[in-house]
Amino acid sequence: MTNSENPYIVRKDNPAHKRLLKRKAKEVRFQSYGIISIAIASLFLLTLLTTIVTEGTGAFFKTEIKLSILFDEEIIAPNGDTSIEALAKINYVKIVRNSLKELFPDVKKRKELRRLYGLMSNASELKVRAMVEADPSIIGTRSEIWLPASSDIDMLMKGNISRDIEEKLRRVKDNQIAWVDKIALEGNLRCKFNTEFFTNGDSREPEQAGILGAMIGSFFVILVCIGVAMPLGVGTAIYLQEFAPKNKFTDIIEVNINNLAAVPSIVYGLLGLAVFLNFFGMPRSSAMVGGFALSLLVLPTIVITTRNALAAVPPSIRDAAIGLGASPMQTVMHHVVPLAMPGIMTGVILSIARAIGETAPLLMIGMVAFVADVPSSISDPSTALPVQIYLWFDSPEIGFKEKTSAAIMVLLAFLIVANAVAVYLRNKFERKW
Amino acid sequence: MVMAKNKSDNKDNKIRFETRDLNVFYGDKQALFDVNLQILENNVTSLIGPSGCGKSTFLKCLNRMNDMVSICRIDGQIILDGHNIYDKNVDVVLLREKVGMVFQKPNPFPKSIYENVAYGPKIHGIASNKDDFDEIVENSLKKAGLWKEVKDRLNDSAIGLSGGQQQRLCIARTIAINPEVVLMDEPCSALDPIATAIIEDLIDELKENFTIVIVTHSMQQAARISDRTAFFHMGKIVETGKTGDIFTNPKLKQTQDYITGRFG
Repeated sequence: MTNSENPYIVRKDNPAHKRLLKRKAKEVRFQSYGIISIAIASLFLLTLLTTIVTEGTGAFFKTEIKLSILFDEEIIAPNGDTSIEALAKINYVKIVRNSLKELFPDVKKRKELRRLYGLMSNASELKVRAMVEADPSIIGTRSEIWLPASSDIDMLMKGNISRDIEEKLRRVKDNQIAWVDKIALEGNLRCKFNTEFFTNGDSREPEQAGILGAMIGSFFVILVCIGVAMPLGVGTAIYLQEFAPKNKFTDIIEVNINNLAAVPSIVYGLLGLAVFLNFFGMPRSSAMVGGFALSLLVLPTIVITTRNALAAVPPSIRDAAIGLGASPMQTVMHHVVPLAMPGIMTGVILSIARAIGETAPLLMIGMVAFVADVPSSISDPSTALPVQIYLWFDSPEIGFKEKTSAAIMVLLAFLIVANAVAVYLRNKFERKW
Repeated sequence: MVMAKNKSDNKDNKIRFETRDLNVFYGDKQALFDVNLQILENNVTSLIGPSGCGKSTFLKCLNRMNDMVSICRIDGQIILDGHNIYDKNVDVVLLREKVGMVFQKPNPFPKSIYENVAYGPKIHGIASNKDDFDEIVENSLKKAGLWKEVKDRLNDSAIGLSGGQQQRLCIARTIAINPEVVLMDEPCSALDPIATAIIEDLIDELKENFTIVIVTHSMQQAARISDRTAFFHMGKIVETGKTGDIFTNPKLKQTQDYITGRFG
C-alpha cells in the first residue's frame, strides 16, 4: 500500500486533463444529438396520433333522435297486403316525415318542412322498413324508436359545425338548431356507439358510411398477396441462395431483384393494369387483381429478406448436415430453412404490412371505385382500407372528415396487429446456436 | 515398409485410404502438392503441421467436403478400399455415409439431443421404427461416452450442453450411421483440457471399430493418441511414419524443428 495519489483520477495539472475533457465532451455531444432526434421523432408521432385520434374518435359515435313512429296501415298496407313483396315496394319515408310533423305541428311552409325532414338520415326510413319486414304485426301500432339523425345534425351535435357562424354560410339553419335543441331538451336525443361504422360498406351519406367493405377488401387483397408472394418469393430466395450456381446470369437476376425493390409502387399498378386486366382480362376493381399487383410489389422485398435470413444461418450447420451425408436438398429443408424461419416470417409479415398500406397500385387497377356492397369473394369489386381513406378524404361532405381519421385509426390498428404478430413469431421460432 | 512395434500392432492392418499424387487448387492457388499418403485400418492417423499447410484441406478431400467450395479443383486420386472416390459416378451421399466427419467447432443441430443422433440414421434409412432408433441413439451415445450424462434429458436441446459434451454429441452423431472412417478436424481445439482428455480417451476406444484421421495442432495430442503421423508443410508431406518414430527419431531436421517447437 502506498499513499501516493490514485493515478486514475485526472487532476487539472495533469497534461492529459484537457484531452480527456475534450473527448468526454464529444461523447456527451454525440449522445445528446441522439436524444434530441428521438425527442423530435416522438413529437411528430405524438402530433400525428393526437390529430388522428381527436379527429377520428367522433366517427365511432353517432347522434340518434327518438321519434314516436306510427306504423300507419294506410301507408304500409293500403290494400291489407303484408307479403314481403308488397312491403318491399312501400315508400317508408312518409312514416318518418309524419312523425316529425307531429312533433312540430307549426311547421307548414314547404321550404321549412324540407329542413325539418333534413333532421333525419335516410337510414331512419331503412330502419323502419326493416322493422316492418321483420315483424308485419306491428303495422297499425305506435312505438318510440331511436332513429339516426342526418349527418349535418350529427356534425352539429359533435361541434364540427359551429353555431356561431352566419346562418347563410352554415349548413344547419337556425330553425333546425332550434328544433334539435328542443328535442334534446326533452331527452329525445342521444349519442351512441356507431356499430354501423364497422358493419356497413361505403355510402354516399357520411352517417351511413362504414369501413367493413374496405376491411374485407383489404383482407382479401392481403390473402391473395400472401398466397402469391410468399411461396414465389421464399422459393426464389431459397433457390438463389442455396442452389443456384454463381455466374453472370444469376448475378444479373440478383441485381435486378434489388433494383425492383426500389421501383415506385405506382409502376406496379400500371403493370397490373396492363397484364392482369388488359391481357388476362381479370375482373376490374377486384381484390384478386389488387392482391396480384401488390404481390409484385412485395416480391423483391420478400426475396431479399429471405436471402438474408438464409445467409445468416451459420455454415457450421450446413457442414454438419453435409458431413452426415445429407443431400443439399435435405440440408436446406431440414436445417437451414427451419433455422431461417423467424427471419423469413419477419420479412414476409413486414412486407405484407407494407402492402396493406399501399394505395397507388390499387388506384391503377380500379379499386378506387365507389363500392357500397361488402365484397363476398376475391373477384367482387371492392375497395381497400388505404383507398377508402383516400376516397373519404376526397369527399366534400364534412361528415367524411372524421370518417377519414377513423379509417386511418383502423388501418393503423391493422398494421400494429401485423407487426405484433411478426414480433411474436420471431420470438417464438427464435433458436440459438 | 517395415512396421515396428507401435501402440497397436498394425502389421495386419490393411490400407483403407490411399492418395496418389493428390493436387488441390483453390482458384489459382495450389493448396496441396503431390500428396501421397496411406491411411491404415483401425489406426489413428494424425495430421500435423503449421496453420495453412493444407492438412485440413487434405482431410476434407477424404469425404469430399471440398465439393462445397466452388473454386476448389482436385487432381490425382484418392483410393478408398480400392476405389477412386473422385470417380465421376461416385455418389457423395454414400461416400459420406462411410466416411464421417467431426468438425473443429462443435456444431450440433439446434434440436434435441435425441434428434441430433437420430438424424443420420433417419436420412440414410438405417432404422425404421422407434425401437431401432432408440437403440441406435443409446449405443451411439454410449460409445461417445455421453450416455450417462444425458440419458435423462434426451429431449432437451443440444445447445444446452457444454462445449465438450456438444463435441461428444457430434461424435455420437457421426458414428450413429456406422461409418468406417471418422475424420476429425481439430476436434479439441475449442475445448478445455478436461474435455480434451475425455475426447482423447474416446478416440482411443473408437479405433477398435473405426479408422480415424485427426488434424491437430497439439504435438502432445498427436503423440498421445495416434499410431501414425503425417507432417505437412506448405502443402507437401514432409515426413510420414509411425508416431513413435516421428516424435523420437525424425528423419528430417524440419520435422524435428517443428515438433520441438522451433518453428510453426
